[in-house]
Amino acid sequence: MLKIENLQVAYGGIQALRGIDLEVPDGKIVTLIGANGAGKSTTLRTISGLVKAHAGSITYDGTELLGKPINAVLEAGIAQVPEGRRVFANLSVLENLRVGAYLRRDKAEIEKDLQWVYELFPRLQERSWQLAGTLSGGEQQMLAVGRGLMSRPKVLMMDEPSLGLAPLVVQGIFDIIREINRQGVTILLIEQNANMALKIADLAYVLETGRITMRGTGAELLADESVKEAYLGKKKK
Amino acid sequence: MLDKQAEKRKNLISLAAVLAFLALVLVLDQVIKPTGKLYMLLTVLQKGSVYALAAVSMNLLNGFTGLFSLGHAGFMLIGAYTYAIFSIPSDARDSVYQYFDAAVRVSLPETLGNALGGFGTALGVLLAVLLAGLVAAAFAYLIGLPVLRLKSDYLAIATLGFAEIIRAIFQWKKLGPVTNGSNLLKNFARCSTFKLELGSVTLSLSTFVPVLIATVCITLIVLLVNSTYGRAFKAIRDDEVAAEAMGINLAKHKMLAFCTSCFFAGVSGATMAMVLSIAQANNFKSAMTYEILLMVVLGGIGSISGSVIGAMLFISASEWWLRGLDSGSFLGINAPTVFRNGFRLVVFSVIIMIVVLFFRKGIMGDRELPEVLGGLFRRKEKKAKEAADHE
Repeated sequence: MLKIENLQVAYGGIQALRGIDLEVPDGKIVTLIGANGAGKSTTLRTISGLVKAHAGSITYDGTELLGKPINAVLEAGIAQVPEGRRVFANLSVLENLRVGAYLRRDKAEIEKDLQWVYELFPRLQERSWQLAGTLSGGEQQMLAVGRGLMSRPKVLMMDEPSLGLAPLVVQGIFDIIREINRQGVTILLIEQNANMALKIADLAYVLETGRITMRGTGAELLADESVKEAYLGKKKK
Repeated sequence: MLDKQAEKRKNLISLAAVLAFLALVLVLDQVIKPTGKLYMLLTVLQKGSVYALAAVSMNLLNGFTGLFSLGHAGFMLIGAYTYAIFSIPSDARDSVYQYFDAAVRVSLPETLGNALGGFGTALGVLLAVLLAGLVAAAFAYLIGLPVLRLKSDYLAIATLGFAEIIRAIFQWKKLGPVTNGSNLLKNFARCSTFKLELGSVTLSLSTFVPVLIATVCITLIVLLVNSTYGRAFKAIRDDEVAAEAMGINLAKHKMLAFCTSCFFAGVSGATMAMVLSIAQANNFKSAMTYEILLMVVLGGIGSISGSVIGAMLFISASEWWLRGLDSGSFLGINAPTVFRNGFRLVVFSVIIMIVVLFFRKGIMGDRELPEVLGGLFRRKEKKAKEAADHE
């Protein structure tokens, strides 16, 4: 289980996270929703080691990860799919996936995982020699997810996978997320599209200006009046 | 499986092509005499291979890792001097360092030659070349610590400044015992003296050696670019944030690319000293860096074969094909009033502008020669098939 306790992060003088507690149980889909600037991406970037925290702890199965370099976090089994896809535009699809397995040295297993990713995303196999920059937005998102999976993570953290995609494509991405989870990968999903995220989440947190203000199952939060008003765009009757 | 076989076949064909090219150079080296009409071809091959290696090593940094550095001439200078200093034979030392008391009293080719004979001399030259690369790489490491934190234009300015400072320091009088101050270094082991004696036959190696050095180094760079490290370099070039998220250590990989590139720049500097028979700091001005950059851009940023083609075309044009423009007659046209000193550069600049206009991404873009040739071959096959279908 990935466990975060009293995590505090500041950029210069601005406090981005004011002590949040979060639990990501194994095998579940956990989602973190919130408005712009609430601290969602900061949470994710702190877990992966890209941002330094000044207090708190992040443990995975009891091992402290806070303060460890990025590669140690990846080797512990926590990978991320960065916001805005960020595929390597001038590398082929296959090369992008191989970069995802950068820290691994077990060649035979990498080939197996490559086949696994290709089974999840047959579209990527069709385009494996194409430059990633020439893919459509949805395909690039698939590639970003596939690249994240190539490190064979236990926990995959996704930052706004629905960003800038057509509704139908978003539906496809969320189907895939559920499928990946069914195959045993724990998911920590960060979304502005609260409606979609809450529908597939086992556990959900609401983040507001650096604090967790609510937690519950996805269904509970979907039914909650204040969540409805703030994030789902439905007026109280 | 099929892919792997095709890949293997492609590699074999490339290897055969490289070996055939080396053999051809060896033959040309014997056949063409210094008085012959085609002697220019050998000069172009010698200088071209030096510049090809320099361009490829710059491409490794600018094209594959996305670090825009303009310090190449400086690192080549370090390589050229290191090679020259460590291969001046003892009996020539006093005449070379005529105003100073030479501090380095080791000549690698001579020492090893005395101990092991002809093979030792070759080994000594090789060691001096390696040392040239290593010293350049060591300087690169020290410079890299502060400047690799910079990005794009700022990195270019910092490395450009470094190259100029190095040039000034090497001409400093106080360093005379090592660098011979602003005087040139000469009389070291050079290409025109490289020979292989097989019984009664003497093979001239004056063109073969620089071409061989360049070929081996470029092959190593190709292997590096196609390895996991090369993929990491390209990932950094495309997106630093995402590369970091994949666990790629940015500082470490940038430093690795920088030092490797400068190692090969040092080797190409050493080869240049070998080809020109002299080493002089004034030859390594920033204009040389720009020439190399031009070759990289002409050939295509991110294409190794492009850099080689760019360098060879550039050297052929400036040293050989366009010579007549400076000396009165060109392509049979006699016009001494127009074709005089400097006109060559005018025409050359116009040609470069035209090439850049028509090949926006350089001659090769970011593709490699086998790909392009393979594509042509396939297109021909397809056309032949279509023609057959029509009938």
